[in-house]
Amino acid sequence: MERVYADHAATTPMLPAAREAWLTQSAAVGNPSSLHASGRATRRVLEESRERIAGALGVRPSAVIFTSGGTESDNLAVKGLFWSRSETRAERVGVLASAIEHHAVLDPVQWLADHEQAKVRWLSVDEIGRIHLDSLAEVLQEDAANTALCTVMWANNEVGTVQPVAAIAQLCHAAGVPFHTDAVQALGQVDLGPLTGPAAPDAVTITSHKIGGPFGIGALLADPALALSPLLHGGGQERDVRSGTFDAAAAAGFAVAVEHAVAHQKQHATELVGLRDALIAGIGERIPGAVINGDLSDRLPGNVHVSFPGCEGDALLMLLDAAGIDCSTGSACTAGVPEPSHVLLAMGVGEQDARSSLRLSFGRTSGMDDVTRILQALPSAVERAQRAGSVRGR
Amino acid sequence: MRVLVAMSGGVDSSVAAARMVDAGHDVTGVHLALAPKQSTGRGCCTLDDARDARRVADILGIPYYVWDFSTEFTERVVADFLSEYADGRTPNPCLRCNEHIKFAALLEKALALDFDAVATGHYARIEMQDGQARLLRAVDETKDQSYVLGVLTQRQLRHALFPLGADRKEAIRDEAERRGLMVARKPDSHDICFIPDGDTARFVTDRIGVRRGSVVDAVTGQVLGEHAGAHAFTIGQRRGLGVPSPDGAPRYVVDIDVETQRVRVGPPEMLDVHVIKANRATWTGTPLGAQPRDVIAQMRAHGEPIAAQASFDGVTVDVHLRTPIRGLAAGQQVVLYDGDQVVGSATVDITERAA
Repeated sequence: MERVYADHAATTPMLPAAREAWLTQSAAVGNPSSLHASGRATRRVLEESRERIAGALGVRPSAVIFTSGGTESDNLAVKGLFWSRSETRAERVGVLASAIEHHAVLDPVQWLADHEQAKVRWLSVDEIGRIHLDSLAEVLQEDAANTALCTVMWANNEVGTVQPVAAIAQLCHAAGVPFHTDAVQALGQVDLGPLTGPAAPDAVTITSHKIGGPFGIGALLADPALALSPLLHGGGQERDVRSGTFDAAAAAGFAVAVEHAVAHQKQHATELVGLRDALIAGIGERIPGAVINGDLSDRLPGNVHVSFPGCEGDALLMLLDAAGIDCSTGSACTAGVPEPSHVLLAMGVGEQDARSSLRLSFGRTSGMDDVTRILQALPSAVERAQRAGSVRGR
Repeated sequence: MRVLVAMSGGVDSSVAAARMVDAGHDVTGVHLALAPKQSTGRGCCTLDDARDARRVADILGIPYYVWDFSTEFTERVVADFLSEYADGRTPNPCLRCNEHIKFAALLEKALALDFDAVATGHYARIEMQDGQARLLRAVDETKDQSYVLGVLTQRQLRHALFPLGADRKEAIRDEAERRGLMVARKPDSHDICFIPDGDTARFVTDRIGVRRGSVVDAVTGQVLGEHAGAHAFTIGQRRGLGVPSPDGAPRYVVDIDVETQRVRVGPPEMLDVHVIKANRATWTGTPLGAQPRDVIAQMRAHGEPIAAQASFDGVTVDVHLRTPIRGLAAGQQVVLYDGDQVVGSATVDITERAA
């Protein structure tokens, strides 16, 4: 039997059109920085890809900085803003970051604290994973002048909670603090609106393989007016912010995927919400005690994050894997050891319950058959994992 | 059968997994994360080893997971190790790991998840006879690990599989090579896995602190020197005593008193032990009775087997050795054999010289 792929938040199959564009360009020769005809042809593909992405997202082409993916974009935003803003004003070393960021934000922020004297204020979240706007407002009022940046993800990769990004952007802008958001999970699933204007973030991380484009490419959307110190120095590509010969084939595939994601977002979200809510309802009926984590209304349409008290997530994952279902215990980590999720801990979930969670995420290729098969496999898996959990508790 | 193989990333457990697949079992590989934080370097639970185990699982085409037993390992193995040293005893953590982790926490979890057995790359054999599992020494006497498995009970043995017990180590390496497993020539691990630099004394001192005391001549009572902690000494230890021998004759640690932190040193004859009183007994089958029985006793992982008479009063195992053992410390495990078969084991509590 075909496997049920319910881990689209980790990565999702490539769109046939994106794959086509990617493969077509991969046959061409030419360095986009070369001055001859072949170079110019490649350059054209790269720039047209940039323009298409910019057009789809409502930003200027010059605001699209291609990177190797979400992690690099997050690092560039966090470190790049911190370095440029603390360089122009030495006391400006404050960093505001939510406690539930992806490690691609969390770890660079912590690194700045450990190595570059950054003063970090971790923004706490409530029990559904939303940051407290009033405490953000307070913090900004206290010390905006010495704050280098604020970073809050658009939607959480684990529990699916969508943040009030426009409100955060307005607070930050009023205080004169640049605002970065990691929109890796949000793109294609929620309406990002126009990414310019007073309610838009100043820097936005997106990545290709989460929306049906190729691996190895992403972008940081940031207007040239926003000073960013580069992470990579070299040939001065990507307006000197990100050196390195760029992969035009990947950009071509990425552009197709972004256009598709934006054009089909509403319809896609409606379909995913149908699957998501059917799964949530089915779990509620079949598995007493299961707890859906995160915001039930402002939530990624494809995300189901659920705790099964008394189970261990790793045992559940193994049992579902054996039953032909691909899902996740949360975010993947070093050597495959499931740690209790920092997101759930920040939401006030206890360590035991945090270890008892599964994330099932739907995407373009998901259907109601998948929901049915998950609901068939889940009750006995939970029952067995509970037995295993009680054995260990002894 | 549904078999869970504990895959360390070494050659033995890799071949064990391969053989389980060949035997037609439904095999899943699990690497145990034991150290509180995954570290690099030597030792049995490094990232490199986890990666090696994963690559072997890839080649065998079996599902592979890393399971975190670091809490259990820290509580049941490392804490026991430290408290034993703090009490002036000499523990064997590998044996405790088999007792509490591999064939307890892991096995129970596996059984709860509907596996039938846990297989490992240990060199030992299990034979079923009249419905009873018998634990036997490995064919390769240089690699025999029945000693560190001597703590297992009948229930644990019935769900354990040791696919390598009938072969010699060189044959296992050759087989790994033939199977294209890149761990074929990986060196054996010898150290205690949670002390990758091998410096046990420092590991213990870092955790229980410096406990100064004196080194005393066991014969004259004369104070010969000072030390920073009795836990750095082991009964029978000769080197590194830090005190010169006045007559040039070799001297050994013969007694450790943790109350006074006094380490007594003396001539080798003082190390001879004839009688062992041991507790925390485990039995692979029927326990010994009050009537003394002829057995073979082994007190170290690769120690010499010694003929003995042993009895069990329900609490203490009494072992009378026919020939003395030199330098036995409290905390060591005595494993009792009937021929090649493990009967049971117990932890040495008191040692006595012949009356």
